[in-house]
Amino acid sequence: MLGIDDPQIWLAYVSCVLSALGCMVYGALNWKGGEEEQTVKSSTSRAAVQDQ
Amino acid sequence: MAVSTSTLIFLVLIYLVCIFYLARMGYRKSSQTDGYMLAGRKVHPAIMALSYGAAFISTSAIIGFGGVAASLGMGLLWLVFMNIFFGIFIAFVLFGPKTRRMGLNLGAVTFPEFLGRRFQSRFIQGFSGLLIGIFMPLYAGSVLIGAARFLETTLGINYNFALLIFTIIIASYVLKGGLLSVMYVDAFQGTLMFLGMAFLLIFTYIKLGGVVGAHQALTDMAPLVPQSLVDIGHQGWTAMPAFGSPLWWTMVSTLFLGVGIGVLAQPQLAVRFMTVKDDRSLKRAVLVGGPFILMMAGVAYVVGALSNVYFYRTTGQIALEVAGGNTDLIMPAYLNSAMPELFVMFFMLSLLSAAMSTSGAQFHAMGTAIGHDFYQEGIMKGKSRGTTIHATRIGMAFSILLSVILAYILPESIIARATAMFMGLCTSAFLPIYMGALFWKRITREGAVASLVVGSVSSLFWLTFVHAKEAVPLGICQAIFGKATLLSGTWPLVDPILIATPLAFLVAVVVSLATKPMPEKFLEKCYSLRPEDDDEDALGQPAHTTADTASI
Repeated sequence: MLGIDDPQIWLAYVSCVLSALGCMVYGALNWKGGEEEQTVKSSTSRAAVQDQ
Repeated sequence: MAVSTSTLIFLVLIYLVCIFYLARMGYRKSSQTDGYMLAGRKVHPAIMALSYGAAFISTSAIIGFGGVAASLGMGLLWLVFMNIFFGIFIAFVLFGPKTRRMGLNLGAVTFPEFLGRRFQSRFIQGFSGLLIGIFMPLYAGSVLIGAARFLETTLGINYNFALLIFTIIIASYVLKGGLLSVMYVDAFQGTLMFLGMAFLLIFTYIKLGGVVGAHQALTDMAPLVPQSLVDIGHQGWTAMPAFGSPLWWTMVSTLFLGVGIGVLAQPQLAVRFMTVKDDRSLKRAVLVGGPFILMMAGVAYVVGALSNVYFYRTTGQIALEVAGGNTDLIMPAYLNSAMPELFVMFFMLSLLSAAMSTSGAQFHAMGTAIGHDFYQEGIMKGKSRGTTIHATRIGMAFSILLSVILAYILPESIIARATAMFMGLCTSAFLPIYMGALFWKRITREGAVASLVVGSVSSLFWLTFVHAKEAVPLGICQAIFGKATLLSGTWPLVDPILIATPLAFLVAVVVSLATKPMPEKFLEKCYSLRPEDDDEDALGQPAHTTADTASI
């Protein structure tokens, strides 16, 4: 695969790329919609504090 | 190197103007202690991730490890995977949020202070500060030497002058502007490094016939591996070393464990988790951090290994032969002969950035460790009259001076091992108690103190008396016992991290279980959540009011 015969090496190569892509997807998911969710959570928590 | 010196000097000057502009921006916002020590706790996720990555990757990681990959092959890519998975993902998603929250709850502004306050122990803070203050200058010295050698060859200036100029430039903005200046400059430097490495990868693949073509050519070169490497287990540049061979052990124990996991407990990196405003910022930072490490370490290893194909095609020799057996010369030789001149100049700036960002982070971490943690909190028990910023500045000036002196007086054989020594020591000393602090409420002050002492002492003992790579150049074992290492057989090959870290974990667990748990109320304070925190812990704690943080 990818011109590399040893599975231990191409697996490392693919794992590096996939883990970096995974990081990008994870970060993007937390970026998108994060603001909205956070505002809601903050206001809920604030309300909880005020109730006490 | 074979580039026009006047053009390069002109580029370097523009580069320095950009750096001082950014450092000034940081300085203007750094007048408070939180600003100077922790960049104001409101840093943008992308800046945090770039700063973390740029501080993590030094020039030696690109040049040195690239050269090692040219000799040992692509098996080193497992290290990149470990760096991305542990160094970024696990660090940012598991360690980061808890460190940030707890640091804020306890009002900690440095990594030793975080540990000290979590365990209510000034000893832990002072001892950690001292450990960093003594051993980080070794690591900092090795980075300084690398940078000065690099400036000497690229700009053609005197080595001593290069060392002095490089140190003064970084010291000036670190001393004046604190962590925010460092992080702004890091982000700029990180971007240059990213672009430089991206171009390097693309050029290399295009030149050698595409991704598959280049790899296949390297695979076909397996019979050309020198006999000396074959004898210790080398099976080609696109194959792992033979299982259980000396080369396999070296690769697995030192590189994967030492550098791969060691990153989790590095003070200058962990402190960056406390610079962002909420948990989500850390999760967002993963978006930049993961690809950044791939483009740094991953590209260096792939290009390093592939340089064999280029050299074989152009000179009929493998990379190691072209460089006369010195792996440090492989990447510069490849860049100079294979890349266009303009790119070589741009890449020089990327490498200069890598060295500067690592040194800047080290200077800041050493200064805070000596000035604030060791002196103000450890020795003066928090009763020092000077401000934290003032004490830190003095600490920084002292540790920078120490690093420069060490860079001059220590033999090169020790300096070459300094990075691995420091990372190993950090892992054994800090990782068990750092993990305990974050994830195990039952860990006690006594358990943490015992683990910190046992982890540091056993790591230092093993590298001084048993692990041949450090014990032989240090020569202390030889002087006392008349032999190079105390143990023989495979023991001298086993990295200190594999001995000292499990021992420190064990001590932390045993002593903690045998002593009284920490007060429940205090633990509640440590682990409590704020409105902006992600509530995965579901502790059911009431959110903090602003009054709680007023003292921070």
